[in-house]
Amino acid sequence: MSTEGRPLSPHLTIYRWPITMILSILHRITGVALSVGLVAFVVWLEAIAFDAVPYNSARDFMGSFIGQVLLFGWCFSFFLHLANGFRHLIWDTGRLFEKNQANASSWVVVVAAVVLTAAYWSLV
Amino acid sequence: MQRVTAIGLLITGTWFLISLAQLETYNHSDLVAWVGAPFNAVMLLLASVTLAWHSSLGLQVVIEDYVHGPAMKVISIILNKFLHIFLGAAAVLAVLKVALGGSV
Repeated sequence: MSTEGRPLSPHLTIYRWPITMILSILHRITGVALSVGLVAFVVWLEAIAFDAVPYNSARDFMGSFIGQVLLFGWCFSFFLHLANGFRHLIWDTGRLFEKNQANASSWVVVVAAVVLTAAYWSLV
Repeated sequence: MQRVTAIGLLITGTWFLISLAQLETYNHSDLVAWVGAPFNAVMLLLASVTLAWHSSLGLQVVIEDYVHGPAMKVISIILNKFLHIFLGAAAVLAVLKVALGGSV
């Protein structure tokens, strides 16, 4: 039986992920990351409200290398989730569903997230 | 409510990042003054509740997708809600404590 011309299922090792798929996955990953950030946010508020000693430990930790990586990750996650979430709101109105629009707007989301993160990080 | 809280976070989240970045130093007393300023306190309360709500709804979707078995699913969804209500309440308490002057 000839397999010529028959459709192939994606070869997963060489299959190039569509940008729309990458962003869909990233939206979920950044969302979960930001939920973890919510815990850090609450701990930080408690430290401010209750004592200078835990606050200073929290601040020192956030100033360390690991803390900076975490903050940068949350910062990027926030802007990517924000930009892509904004696109979700546009999708809710029934717009931007054509394949070329979905692909192009994906790149707009990526560029917006990178630019906003870089701009914010350079300001702080 | 996922979308309403999303719009809320667009506003309060952006405010949070911009306002916090404008502090010159980050000593404990600076942060107490910042949280205690009436406008900031209101914005932080709104941000806390909106964030906890949005996070709860978002994680619930993730749980519904990945946690299988009816019992485990229901238990994790309820735990998720309780955890977020706890986080929201804790954040509100912290902000109110500073704003109403019980701190330091």
